[in-house]
Amino acid sequence: MAKLTFVGGIHPFDGKDMSKDKPIKEVLPKGDLVYPLSQHIGAPATPIVAKGDHVLTGQKIAEASGFVSAPIYATVSGTVKAIEPRRVVTGDNVMSIVVENDGLYGEVLYSGVNSLDDLTREQIINRVKEAGVVGMGGAGFPTFIKLSPKEPEKIEYIIANCAECEPYLTSDYRRILEEPEKLVEGLKIMLHLFPGAQGILAVEDNKPDCIELLKKLTKEDARISVKALKTKYPQGAERQIIYATTGRSINSTMLPADAGCIVDNVDTIVAIYHAVMLGKPLMYRIVTVTGDAIADPRNFIVRIGTNYHELVEEAGGFKEPPVKIVSGGPMMGFGIFDLDVPTTKTASALLCMTQDDVSRMEPGPCINCGKCVEVCPGRVVPRRLADYAEHYNEEAFLAENGMECCECGCCSFVCPAKRPLTQTIKSMRKMQLAKRKKK
Amino acid sequence: MSDLMKVSSNPHVRSKVTTSSIMLAVVIALLPAAGFGIYNFGLDALILIVVTVATTVCTEYAYGKLMNRKTTIGDYSAVVTGLLLALNLPSSAPWWIGVIGGVFAILVVKMLFGGLGQNFMNPALAARCFLLVSFTSIMTNFDCDTYTGATPLAALKSGEGVDILKMVVGRTSGTIGETSMIAIVIGACFLVLLGVIDLRIPGSYIVTFVLFLCLFGGHGVDVAFISAHLAGGGLMLGAFFMATDYVTRPITKAGQYVFGILLGILTGIFRIFGPSAEGVSYAIIIGNLLVPLIEKATLPKAFGFKGGKRA
Repeated sequence: MAKLTFVGGIHPFDGKDMSKDKPIKEVLPKGDLVYPLSQHIGAPATPIVAKGDHVLTGQKIAEASGFVSAPIYATVSGTVKAIEPRRVVTGDNVMSIVVENDGLYGEVLYSGVNSLDDLTREQIINRVKEAGVVGMGGAGFPTFIKLSPKEPEKIEYIIANCAECEPYLTSDYRRILEEPEKLVEGLKIMLHLFPGAQGILAVEDNKPDCIELLKKLTKEDARISVKALKTKYPQGAERQIIYATTGRSINSTMLPADAGCIVDNVDTIVAIYHAVMLGKPLMYRIVTVTGDAIADPRNFIVRIGTNYHELVEEAGGFKEPPVKIVSGGPMMGFGIFDLDVPTTKTASALLCMTQDDVSRMEPGPCINCGKCVEVCPGRVVPRRLADYAEHYNEEAFLAENGMECCECGCCSFVCPAKRPLTQTIKSMRKMQLAKRKKK
Repeated sequence: MSDLMKVSSNPHVRSKVTTSSIMLAVVIALLPAAGFGIYNFGLDALILIVVTVATTVCTEYAYGKLMNRKTTIGDYSAVVTGLLLALNLPSSAPWWIGVIGGVFAILVVKMLFGGLGQNFMNPALAARCFLLVSFTSIMTNFDCDTYTGATPLAALKSGEGVDILKMVVGRTSGTIGETSMIAIVIGACFLVLLGVIDLRIPGSYIVTFVLFLCLFGGHGVDVAFISAHLAGGGLMLGAFFMATDYVTRPITKAGQYVFGILLGILTGIFRIFGPSAEGVSYAIIIGNLLVPLIEKATLPKAFGFKGGKRA
């Protein structure tokens, strides 16, 4: 059988060996915890605590505001020190709640359930909503919205995105190896919501141990299958993973639900499990701290709000001075100029590199080699789109489907002339999206 | 503030392949053909190759200096142009033919249009055609120390018999780099293996040309006739090294097939119905001119749109 995959894509150096065999270790934060009110797509949350208030671990400190939004919970016990703008990974200053950690980790009581049958469909979805669960693969889209599509009976596949196609990242890998039951149970909760759907655990074939393990765990369950995907970036992109596993393709104007699919990342599904069965809000995530500048690259379970400085310290500090630090993977992460930012719900990794390909390699003229066309999973012509973007030729940009770019970065990666194709197209897309919003 | 890191938009990593590494690969891939040319035609060929390459590189360097621009010779594209042009010259041509051709290729066809990536025709081929019309007798004189008389293709056109084995190996007259099918194919395989070129254009070009010969060649499906046409003249060099020139071929996959088919038909028309035995150069530069049109007509369907595969 042909391997499950998509057309296009690249094979960058994956760097996963640095951290893949290091078990997940817990980090206890020492300094202040910072909770940006906007860690998800949609309206920022509204604080429900004030300066000076005492909070407990697991206490809600900010309420969702509006439909597309998510609440935020304290991950330590302590005192609210300030509510003020703090810098986040994107470089923006975002209104944040700052909590001074008292080191006691006093926790609220959670109301778990013994069986899914004790809950109605609405109660399950509400638990996910109330727990502040958002897409933890990077997008940060509130998960309860995905779980409540317009036509639930049309959902045929629930895809657990275990591809982890970003180079260097091993957080999903460790999660699957160490707590596969939680992933499978989480998927079962989703299947419970959609009785007509099939569950797919989609794993890249560079993780054969995960595939074996998940197969063993799910062999009794006729509704869940494990699918091995070809190892290729961006196999874990939503549209690509839907195509690889179901053969259905959707464009940028469609939702996965239009193809009868719901896609969620490993950590998100585990968070669903925590929220529904244990009644625990989203407070932790797994972060891979890695890169050739890090002394002891490894995977941590981190309380959201923990400062990046502490993560680097936990990983043994820098063995060589880093030149570039990326929050997330090298393909889609954010370059940060300073470590003084908090871990958010969507932070999957902290990558510290001793050299920066981008500033080291000077862009030259395009030689029309066509490599960008070969690798583009969106099947557009990045070369032409970047040209239109540079000249602000809106009409041609839109006519040649510039909005179909998913900003995966493959074109910039392969370009022999080192042209910033993704970046150029991305800026144009941002401008167009802003325009659409205004209308 | 000195502790601040470098920031940039994603992605933060780049592949190791660069413009110069690609051009260098093309130069290396042309060496078997060049080497065979020197072995076949002797010192004259070597001198002509050296002079032409030196001219193209110097012209590009001088142009950059004159225009106060950073020199671009480091990307090796001028070396590729010079080498390709030299391989398209008869070994009997005087050294100044290489100089005139080299200056024309770089100055007129490439730099005046904006340099690397901006030329609308293959510089080496445009220069060859310029030389062909300007110095016809020199450019069509293939007599040298080793060979006299017509090229195999011209002989074929006038109905004479040819030795196909010699043509495949390359022990015939012709331009410096075009005679040996084996040497060219070795270089082409190297490029295909490295992923520098693919077989979309050469494949569709050669297949279309063979079909054209079968239909209109007047010999039907005659293996000897077809092999002679494939091994003779500039077809192999053109199909693998000049039709695949990035800058002057369509960037879309479908467009590349269209381009290859078009070249196959044009070459067939020129060789069978034209007055001259050869037609590859003209076919390719005419094809080059149609590239913007072909590209526009063959833009791919974006992922997830109806009509796409498995949509």
